[in-house]
Amino acid sequence: MENQFEESDDIICTACPMGCHTVVRRENSSYHVRGAQCPRGERYVKVEATDPRRVVATTVKVRNGSIRRLPVKTSLPFPRDRMRELVHSLSALEVSAPVRRGETIKRNLLGEKVDLVATRDVSVQ
Amino acid sequence: MPRKLRADVVVIGGGPAGMAAALGAKEGGAKDVFLLERGNELGGILNQCIHPGFGVQLFREELTGPEYAGVFTERLSSSGVEVMTSTLVCEVKKDGRVKAVNRSGVWEFVARSVVMAMGCRERTRDMLRIPGTRPAGVLTAGLVQYLVNVEGLLPGREVVILGSGDIGLIVARRLELEGVHVKAVVEIRDSLSGLVRNYVQCLLDFDIPIFFSHTVTGIQGEGRVEAVEISRVDEDWRPVSATAYWMECDALLLSVGLIPENELSRRMGIPLYPESGGPYIDENGATELPNIYACGNVSSVFDLVDYVSMVSERTGRAAASTAARRPVAFTLERGEGVGMVVPQRIRERGEGDIFFRPARSVRDGSVQFRMGEKIIFENTMPVCRPSEMVRIPSKKVSWPGETGKVRVEIHGEPIRGI
Repeated sequence: MENQFEESDDIICTACPMGCHTVVRRENSSYHVRGAQCPRGERYVKVEATDPRRVVATTVKVRNGSIRRLPVKTSLPFPRDRMRELVHSLSALEVSAPVRRGETIKRNLLGEKVDLVATRDVSVQ
Repeated sequence: MPRKLRADVVVIGGGPAGMAAALGAKEGGAKDVFLLERGNELGGILNQCIHPGFGVQLFREELTGPEYAGVFTERLSSSGVEVMTSTLVCEVKKDGRVKAVNRSGVWEFVARSVVMAMGCRERTRDMLRIPGTRPAGVLTAGLVQYLVNVEGLLPGREVVILGSGDIGLIVARRLELEGVHVKAVVEIRDSLSGLVRNYVQCLLDFDIPIFFSHTVTGIQGEGRVEAVEISRVDEDWRPVSATAYWMECDALLLSVGLIPENELSRRMGIPLYPESGGPYIDENGATELPNIYACGNVSSVFDLVDYVSMVSERTGRAAASTAARRPVAFTLERGEGVGMVVPQRIRERGEGDIFFRPARSVRDGSVQFRMGEKIIFENTMPVCRPSEMVRIPSKKVSWPGETGKVRVEIHGEPIRGI
């Protein structure tokens, strides 16, 4: 069997403020990290190389609210490569006041099993 | 006739510093505590910082700005603090008289202690003296953050950002998510001003290029920004004219630093620390004037809101106390490799925290507190960056019996780039 051998681009570890410059190498199904100075960083970099995710924060339109835009965030980290698609898909979304902080605004975003939650209270105008 | 009110503590500014100070004053035993905020709600800058990253130190959890503010407004609502929003403070007198105005008229508070918590504001184009025309579309990054996140407005379609501070980086990501093209971030230093995490998650994630050792040397446009001139700079940050070129864009965002907002303090005659622009304070936030305190970004610009909350709560407690202040035992000064240090005065040994900001990025850093030749504190740090304040609990310092000047120094190998 041919050995699968792949070296990713450099990944800067952001698990802590050190900011180690690392290289991840894939051999068959296992990953080897070079340059990370701690085990936590090594785990972080492996995830970053295979399934990078971010908590996405944006705003949606509010009807009858004391403010115009409701700040929201994803309930869990969301796939990095679909962030633009996600925010674009929310451009037509409108919610009505009142809204409570922590309230779920939309479920299962783009089928990724991650929800959208409100990050502040909005009272009725 | 202004309405007169007696108060134990009056706190000016309802952002993170003022909210924590008012709560601290109540916990410290003050009866009548007033929190005066000029905006129409509490929370200050947190309300426009919709991204996560707040509260890790204080709550062991990553909150967004509005969530962090929400925790404090809830605490305040059951604390007995008198909150007055849409109330602008016009004047503070040394004797504790505070004049304010709102829709119901003019108010005069006679306070035993006053806590200044007005925060900071952004440096502008005028302070950088960028030559060129004066078109629309030159905006500070924090203002754009407000326009996008609170008002739902965009500053332009093709944007250049000057400065790699955290606000600029976070706004760059926000604009890209809203469909704006951020063409470049231009940084005069040879290393990043903001956090590495923000470089990765705000620039790399969106393929935004950053040009180190470059700056904006011109602005062109009639009515609206049409292009900016970008030049490389030499080691003394002087533009090299042969390297200048124009980049088309319709907006230029400035993320070039924050300055404490001290108009009230200046008029009152509080001595200000030139490195931070805020009043000289001690470990309890006491200024050089009796009964006047300052906390949060009005004293020195902090990078973590968690630290602002911690020091401000302490300041509020001190402002509530009726005990006489002790004399100053030590003055802290910035030495080699340090941009600024806060507090600048120590009255009681081992109380509170000492914060300082590295002047440049270094690896294998060694931090020292020196009194003449004597080292009273020493520590090593793998990396020190201007974007991250260093916090040293005062109890870790071997304060000597004698009093005097202490210099804070950082030595290490300079880091270039990221």
